[in-house]
Amino acid sequence: MAVATTARPVVRQPARFAIRRRGANKEQASALWTVVAWGVGLLAFFPVLYMFLTAFKTETAAVSLPPRLIFQPTLEQFRTVLSGDFLPFFRNSAIASLVSTALVMLLAVPAAYALALRPPKKWKDILFFFISTRFMPAAGVIVPLYIIFREAGLLGTMRGLIILYTAMNLPIAIWMLRSFFEEVPKDVLDAAEVDGANVMRLMTEILLPMIAPGIAATIFISIIFAWNEFFFAVSLAAAGTATVPIFMVKFVTSEGLFWAKLAASSTLAVLPIVLLGWVAQRQLVRGLSMGAVK
Amino acid sequence: MAVAQSRVRPAAGRQAGPSLLHRLGHQPLGRLLVLPAIIYAVIVTQAPFILTIWYSLQRWNLQRPERRGFAGLDNYRTLLTRDPSFREAILNTFLFVVGAVLLSLLLGLFYAELVNRKFPGRGIVRTLLITPFLIMPVAAALTWKNMMLNPIYGVVNWVARTALPGNPSPNWLGHFPEPSIVGVLVWRWAPFMMLILLAGMQSISEEVREAVRVDGATAWQEFRDITMPHLSRFMQLGGLLGTVFIVQEVDPLYMMTKGGPGNATTTLPYLVYRKAIEGSNVGLGAALGVIVVLLSIVVITLLLRALDRMMRGV
Repeated sequence: MAVATTARPVVRQPARFAIRRRGANKEQASALWTVVAWGVGLLAFFPVLYMFLTAFKTETAAVSLPPRLIFQPTLEQFRTVLSGDFLPFFRNSAIASLVSTALVMLLAVPAAYALALRPPKKWKDILFFFISTRFMPAAGVIVPLYIIFREAGLLGTMRGLIILYTAMNLPIAIWMLRSFFEEVPKDVLDAAEVDGANVMRLMTEILLPMIAPGIAATIFISIIFAWNEFFFAVSLAAAGTATVPIFMVKFVTSEGLFWAKLAASSTLAVLPIVLLGWVAQRQLVRGLSMGAVK
Repeated sequence: MAVAQSRVRPAAGRQAGPSLLHRLGHQPLGRLLVLPAIIYAVIVTQAPFILTIWYSLQRWNLQRPERRGFAGLDNYRTLLTRDPSFREAILNTFLFVVGAVLLSLLLGLFYAELVNRKFPGRGIVRTLLITPFLIMPVAAALTWKNMMLNPIYGVVNWVARTALPGNPSPNWLGHFPEPSIVGVLVWRWAPFMMLILLAGMQSISEEVREAVRVDGATAWQEFRDITMPHLSRFMQLGGLLGTVFIVQEVDPLYMMTKGGPGNATTTLPYLVYRKAIEGSNVGLGAALGVIVVLLSIVVITLLLRALDRMMRGV
């Protein structure tokens, strides 16, 4: 130790002491870190947890104080909700999300492929055009959409929402998919060229399998956004067949009367998306940042 | 164009022989493949906006179709001079967005810093932190309004009454509607910021970190001198994306306060909904829509620039 100290410049000494002290406290510090991190995580999660728990309570237990985390669970609320008019809304949400996502992929995969690997003139302008359509506030187009939908008989229909959700998710999908296509190594494209593969074969046999995780992530993101969407739904579909967020609107006025039923409905409403999001969380950031952050 | 491309394919590689891309040419196939998406986006998003401008110049209430007619700039004049709800909505929009974006950036930074270190259960904690962002906003708003913030039966006030002296039990949405809404927005958007900032933090090389640690830098110095400068462009991107998304959040307003009390929590997009859809005033709603878009363009321009820088890796 003494040798090592003299062998180095004297100036380094304080720093080396600091390190040693840090080392001694390291275990303590990391235990504290663990406790704080878990505490913060559980605190942020608490409203969700409490919603899940309340779904398994009776209406009386749901409003009893102090709030209970341990209690005799019941499936009564789920039974009531599922035997009521919840399921048609759920089915509508599923249809709107899945069909719009399918349309999104149909339009976005070729477009993203072209923009990444076969860039047309002004490809960058095109890319920015797409994303600017996503950033435009929906409030800027909602009035004419309402009028057009009214005239065309699309007000209160799933078709209308599907058209809009497709437009809403198209830019994100294009940007995201493009960032995945861009990462395909050049060798692969060259090898395909040697094989003389045509575009269709290149796409279906080589590119799509290679970026399959990216495709899956894009599909997930698109479903998440469509499933949770509210503004278009409340403006254009609220009166007719509508999605789960509109089903939830009827709880706005319930003022503490049906918390357990509200919680059970909420749990059913959020469950598919929460699970999907947990699975896709590694890719989530790329979707949310339009592929700019990997 | 050249810059962005060379990042993907080294220029040398492109010169070597007639590649597949060269043989087929960049066009017209490339253009052909993009065209359907462009046409779709133009029809569904651009065409309606042209109509918004046209409607904004009309006197048109769906309840009184017989009075429809050209109004020039009357709708704009009404909004700017005679309608107090418009001024309130502009102010609210500004306060909500700035408040929610800054606070969620701060909280997101804290979250990201927490889970950027190894500790037992890190993956689970990260999952817990992300979850608020995945919850359907409408369901989250109702949970907050009732089970969390209800003055009598809500968990928040139960904790306040039990733990604080004087047993405070405030009526959150009645007396503090703005902070309550901002709080819910921050709870929902901090995870989004965390994800972006975490990606930024993980792109800092471990060697650089190790180097300053060997020099005896404290955790705070490491954060200030290494993490923060590196994160600035991620913060910028997060802030701008947060702005364009949070402006559009009408769900908590609709579900928690209905824009009230009075107009206290009415933002511009929600005002469009109230005027045009609830109030059937097409002309006024359209004029508001035009104003919202005009105000957004500034932010969107900045955002596009930030995205461009990100793409080029500057």
